Amino acid sequence: MLGFVVKRLGAMVVMLVGLSITVFLLFSVLPADPARLTCGKSCTPDVVQANRVRLGLDKPLTEQYTTYVKGIFAGRTYNEGQGVAEIDCPAPCLGYSFSQQKPVTELITEAVPVTMWLALGSFVLWMAIGVTGGVIASLNRGRWLDVALQSTALVLYSLPTFFVGLIMLIVVIVQFGLLPYPDYYPPTQDFPKFFDTMLLPWLTIATASAAFYVRLTRTQMVETLGEDYIRTARAKGLTERAVTVKHALRAGLTPIVTAAGLDLGLLLGGAIIVEQIFNLPGVGRLAVGSVIDSDLPVITGVTLVAATFIIIANFVVDLLYMVIDPRVRLS
Amino acid sequence: MTAQSTGPATAAGTTKRAFLELDDLKVSFQTEDGVVRAVDGVSFALERGRTMAIVGESGSGKSVTSQAIMGLHSRRAAKITGHAWVDGVDIVTAPDAELRALRGQRMAMIFQDPLSSLHPFYTVGKQLVEAVQAHGEVPKAEARRRAVSMLDRVGIPNAARRVDDYPHSFSGGMRQRAMIAMALINNPALLIADEPTTALDVTVQAQILELIRELQAEYNMAIVLITHDLGVVAESADDVTVMYGGRVVERGGVDEIFSRPSMPYTWGLMSSVPDMEADRGKRLEPIPGQPPSLINLPKGCVFRPRCAYAQHVPDGRCDTERPDLTPVDDGHDARCFLTLDQKRTLAVKATGTEEVA
Ligand SMILES: Nc1ncnc2c1ncn2[C@@H]1O[C@H](COP(=O)(O)OP(=O)(O)OP(=O)(O)O)[C@@H](O)[C@H]1O
Ligand code: SF4
Ligand SMILES: [Mg+2]
Repeated sequence: MLGFVVKRLGAMVVMLVGLSITVFLLFSVLPADPARLTCGKSCTPDVVQANRVRLGLDKPLTEQYTTYVKGIFAGRTYNEGQGVAEIDCPAPCLGYSFSQQKPVTELITEAVPVTMWLALGSFVLWMAIGVTGGVIASLNRGRWLDVALQSTALVLYSLPTFFVGLIMLIVVIVQFGLLPYPDYYPPTQDFPKFFDTMLLPWLTIATASAAFYVRLTRTQMVETLGEDYIRTARAKGLTERAVTVKHALRAGLTPIVTAAGLDLGLLLGGAIIVEQIFNLPGVGRLAVGSVIDSDLPVITGVTLVAATFIIIANFVVDLLYMVIDPRVRLS
Repeated sequence: MTAQSTGPATAAGTTKRAFLELDDLKVSFQTEDGVVRAVDGVSFALERGRTMAIVGESGSGKSVTSQAIMGLHSRRAAKITGHAWVDGVDIVTAPDAELRALRGQRMAMIFQDPLSSLHPFYTVGKQLVEAVQAHGEVPKAEARRRAVSMLDRVGIPNAARRVDDYPHSFSGGMRQRAMIAMALINNPALLIADEPTTALDVTVQAQILELIRELQAEYNMAIVLITHDLGVVAESADDVTVMYGGRVVERGGVDEIFSRPSMPYTWGLMSSVPDMEADRGKRLEPIPGQPPSLINLPKGCVFRPRCAYAQHVPDGRCDTERPDLTPVDDGHDARCFLTLDQKRTLAVKATGTEEVA
């Protein structure tokens, strides 16, 4: 079991290295020129060329990559000994955004908590609603409640996120003024405001996801409820509730946990549409802004961080398999 | 009990009810193709300490009957009429809470495939503890102690350690022992075993049957033993019920049935096992033809389409009329129009058995 964990950890590191190389190569062939962004309107070809040299962009890609990686672990200083104001980028340095005049790491660490609250809140909502709904549907298989739940889920699942988000924004906030206009405050600073701002984004993301988990949970439950060990559980004299939750749901949990882990990992990398609609300063909005500005260091940094979340989510899901299914643990 | 003569004597409170008593039990399922009459009027009585074997081809309604006794059919899917009394409680009409209290406590069940019947994600011990705690406030440590001693009792070596293993790390025979331990941990008075040894190899089969017999004596249990294996019947049963197409076609004491099988379907079952000892563990040979559709039963005798003896019954009665279950002897009934004489003489020809009586 320990061997498995170590092996998976090793695989994770390899994936991260591969990922960073890919991202680095991919973005270096883009037409965007980071050197151009260092001087804005005052750019002349000479200045751009000088900046390019200062940033080391004239160096071979391999050297640029090692510099970048070194920056992540040891930090780096831009303009060092160039006679210009030095810019310090402490470890973990993911580059420096000249258009925002800030280290990329700082921009990302400001954005991540917002996205994290968004992701966690909607995750809890959609899992609670989705799994409960799926269990109820499966227990009422073929009856009107099942049909109603399934068709509602189908409709909600097919609605695009931007549509759901905009409808909520327009109806709840603009039309009826039930909530104030979104204005993000950290929960530690002003919880009521935080809650008012997050409620609709949570619901927006939870809508489509809950619909998906209703269907997934129902499928799993219908399968496990037909298993022989469910009959055994009933034959033991257990309550229906114990049979449903402790036996049927427990047995069908693996795919649900897998999907949930990956969805959460994906979401932690930024919810572009929802953050945009509800004006949340999260990773998604940072990504959109940096794409619009062709702010390459930020794009690279956000991509790396988002991908890292997904890789970590994969790792966690693999570990959870072992917790859930003892057969995995032994083989 | 009115028109039908199929039930044991239960006339209005005069006779004491047997520990397990089925009276005209019917189970049907509404399906897309029509109503499936899976069990169509089964009656029998069984006392504690005795074993009733139910035999019959696949699809004859054995499992549906046994699950009805346990009250395991969902009331939504299955329509159940008649009675199934367990220790005086009619399972057919008992409220869910009462059923739950009986299940796993007064009556328990073991199933054909022990691997798929045990939950793959819980240790054997946890599943036994759960069975104990489902019926009363028993502290965990005490429940666990009982689990270990029960596992030990059913012959699982090193029970104190194996109690924490998962079912998939047990062998087939050990799993079935664990199933038996789980069924018996609350000391039930009725045990239903639905083909408990079919999935096991012959030596293990014999051990498991021996274990069940031992435990029966120890706990004075009534056992309903469902099996395809006539060798098992001969060895373990006191009484036999032969089912065909959801009905009882013959029933009686085990010696009676083996020495004087009294209707063509039973003959078919017997003749496929000519030598009981040599063919131990052998499944029933298929009798030519298909079991009847339970949605559209044949008009006359249900066995008529496969029966080679219908020409012995005059006036084509087999094609037009349903035979009743009629006495062949004391406590031995068969559902067939053949005369007693014919039953005797044809049986000898059909099965090759020497007539004992
Ligand atoms: N839930 C159900 N819905 C519809 N039909 C059912 C249902 N359960 C059982 N049946 C039908 O009832 C009939 C009897 O089934 P049962 O399982 O009792 O047979 P069996 O005698 O136990 O056979 P086997 O030896 O194969 O176990 C079969 O034809 C089966 O298809
Ligand atoms: S009643 Fe007729 S058809 Fe039915 S088993 Fe007897 S002889 Fe065969
Ligand atoms: Mg069966």
